[in-house]
Amino acid sequence: MSLLTLPNVVAALVVLSLNAYAVMGGADYGGGVWDLLASGPRKKAQRALIADAIGPIWEANHVWLILVVVLVFTCFPVAFARLAVVLHVPITLMLIGVVLRGSAFTFRTYDSKRDAVQRRWGTTFAIASVVTPVLLGVCLGALASGGVGEADLARGFRSVLLDSWLTPFALAVGLFTLVLFAFLAATYLTLEAATSARRDEEEALHDDFRRRALWSGVAVFAAALLVLLLAGAAAPRLRAGLTEGGWALALHLVTAAAALTALAALWTRRYAVARIAAIAQVSCILWGWAWAQFPYVVPPSLTIAAGAAPPITLALTLIGVAVGFTVLVPSLWYLFRIFKGRETAFQRVGEHQ
Amino acid sequence: MPDLLAARSQMAMSLAFHIIFAVVGIGMPALMVVAEYRWLKTRDPVYLDLAKRWAKGTAILFAVGAVSGTVLSFELGLLWPRFMQMAGPIIGMPFALEGFAFFTEAIFLGIYLYGWDRIAPRAHLAAGTLVAVSGALSGVFVVIANAWMNAPTGFDIGPDGTPVHVSPLRAMANPAAFSETLHMVLAAYAATGLVVAGIHAFMLLRLRRGAGAASSASTAASRVSASVPLVPDALAFHRRALAVALLVGAPAAIVQPLSGDVSARFVAHWQPTKLAALEGQFRTERGAPLRIGGWPDEAARETPFALEIPYALSLLAFHDPHAVVRGLDDFPRGDWPPVRVVHVAFQAMVALGTTMALVSLWAAAVWWRGGRRRARRDADARSVDSPTPWEAWPWLLRALVVVAPMGFLAIEAGWTVTEVGRQPWVVFGVVRTSDAVTPVPGLIVPFVTFTLLYCGLGVIVVWLLYRQIVKTTGPRP
Repeated sequence: MSLLTLPNVVAALVVLSLNAYAVMGGADYGGGVWDLLASGPRKKAQRALIADAIGPIWEANHVWLILVVVLVFTCFPVAFARLAVVLHVPITLMLIGVVLRGSAFTFRTYDSKRDAVQRRWGTTFAIASVVTPVLLGVCLGALASGGVGEADLARGFRSVLLDSWLTPFALAVGLFTLVLFAFLAATYLTLEAATSARRDEEEALHDDFRRRALWSGVAVFAAALLVLLLAGAAAPRLRAGLTEGGWALALHLVTAAAALTALAALWTRRYAVARIAAIAQVSCILWGWAWAQFPYVVPPSLTIAAGAAPPITLALTLIGVAVGFTVLVPSLWYLFRIFKGRETAFQRVGEHQ
Repeated sequence: MPDLLAARSQMAMSLAFHIIFAVVGIGMPALMVVAEYRWLKTRDPVYLDLAKRWAKGTAILFAVGAVSGTVLSFELGLLWPRFMQMAGPIIGMPFALEGFAFFTEAIFLGIYLYGWDRIAPRAHLAAGTLVAVSGALSGVFVVIANAWMNAPTGFDIGPDGTPVHVSPLRAMANPAAFSETLHMVLAAYAATGLVVAGIHAFMLLRLRRGAGAASSASTAASRVSASVPLVPDALAFHRRALAVALLVGAPAAIVQPLSGDVSARFVAHWQPTKLAALEGQFRTERGAPLRIGGWPDEAARETPFALEIPYALSLLAFHDPHAVVRGLDDFPRGDWPPVRVVHVAFQAMVALGTTMALVSLWAAAVWWRGGRRRARRDADARSVDSPTPWEAWPWLLRALVVVAPMGFLAIEAGWTVTEVGRQPWVVFGVVRTSDAVTPVPGLIVPFVTFTLLYCGLGVIVVWLLYRQIVKTTGPRP
């Protein structure tokens, strides 16, 4: 059986979009985590740096999530219906988080600059930024463990609606997601130009986030270990997929190498290297999960091939996405060049001094 | 509250909330781009101020639209999983395309809002233009998907009840797509343009009154408001704002009735039950009358208290005064939409839309006469801030204030017509709404939760727009 079937390619596209959401949108949630945990003499400057970093890009980053949803309901409609029924509660809670995070962030940007007002929106934004990724991770954990696939609707809805995702494993995946996003954000923030800060203060800020990135990098290891331990009982198939076979070993090695590179680069203040390594690390984890779950879209029984929409839908969606990417990729590149490019960082330092 | 009703209420509430922000997301970028274009062209700093303020408002409204839109994309599955399981492969395509239009909109809005000092002025204007174009495109794609629910094409129903011979392209090219998207995009420009025009007409009236009282001029003399430049900055600001807003809103409001005719003829052809409900037509009739007003009585199967214009419905719906209009009696009782709601909402939409079109025509006529006269007079004095032609007509300004909220009311009424009029079907003639709802119990909980959440957000947004944008306009140091 060839791996390169139409349903598999579309499934890979879903994972790719989720990957993009994790490394772009995920870091925006991570920014909210660091807003909540802002501390020390540069507390205010830390929050300002986070707001500057997220401001121009979070809405674009957020669209990846919508793309994931649309691709799933178009190309894997049975899986979408199943997820939407069994995970009704955590998805609803996550949506409340999405609404509060986005609107509170915008309200803070455009409301009065008085401290009390700023803190009110800031706290809402920060708490929603913590809760939302946990719930996203919980949903993915419930899917990966087979909780969604095994839920028996005839057994009564209360047990299905809560028991499928209120498991130690799913909650651990939620925690893992949160820590990963916080790690990504801290790593990115070591490179963020501080518009309103002096040069030396900017360096101090970068150092604040370097320390946070190192600590959260260690926390990522701990959370990953926890997930893997709990997977033994809760998701044996997933664990088998993650631990057996040559491909699994290779992927683990690459992930570990990326993680160690990220930490070493942070330690030695090679922030640009750290950013690339952190992105690679998160991507490897996501693809590792996808690989372990293959060929199922909803384990343990609904396969990608069986759950896929008619070939004509898959083919047209692929064409549509390909055309869309020819617009999206240059636009994204332009966006990130303007706001995350190195030269503009220096320009701005010059302008503000 | 039964779960089906709770699910329908949550969907209706979410859509009614989101559509306001979605419409503003189409209309406001057009306003801000026109203002910025005028700034680049004339170097008049008031236009820059205007573009920046409108951009601020767009930012707030767009963010709420983006998150409430995300909620909707999930709610399709959370509330109607059986509908999405059937419809996803057929009509997912326009949603995917909408995803990319939305990407473009979000990316270039980020560039627009935060890039004033970072990119060249022309690039900045181009970014704004892309926001406006992709905003309209996202609206078009989403409405295409809704049009398919009214005119489901591009599949057959197989022996086991699931769709076969799926053709996403034929589904996108469904017969409702053109009329619905045209009607919606025009509605977005008309509603946004006229609400903004109304706000600034109100401010101009207030400035006139203040100026008139301060200079104790006679009311007759205050017709020429340029002679009392007490607050020139604010005057200049509201004048330009009114002109740009009318430029975007009035033409759309004027042509909207024509697009309504296209929509009505689609409904007449494809959804006879919807036509009968929105006209309160119970009996099948040759040469049916158009009913204005009326209070349909489903039990008695008649629509009393209506002003009936003979032959007009047959004429409007089929362009033939003697055409047969099928009444609800022709259809099983179980296939009727709620007649009273649909009829009243339709009447409201038409009345609001007609008023908007008439006031817009009035504004256009005044501009046509006054504008040409002023062009002759001001040919060599471009820098002088002369009054807009509309200010000579205080009653026109007052009419614009009254009309301001009508576009959004008409949009809500129009969506009630199309959504409630489609009932009891979610996919017209194919899937019943009651068969599409999720088996999850206790749906009143999310309904109440999201209702409270959205009410809170609505209040905050209105308050923010007022405090941060409207209240701060006026003379600056």
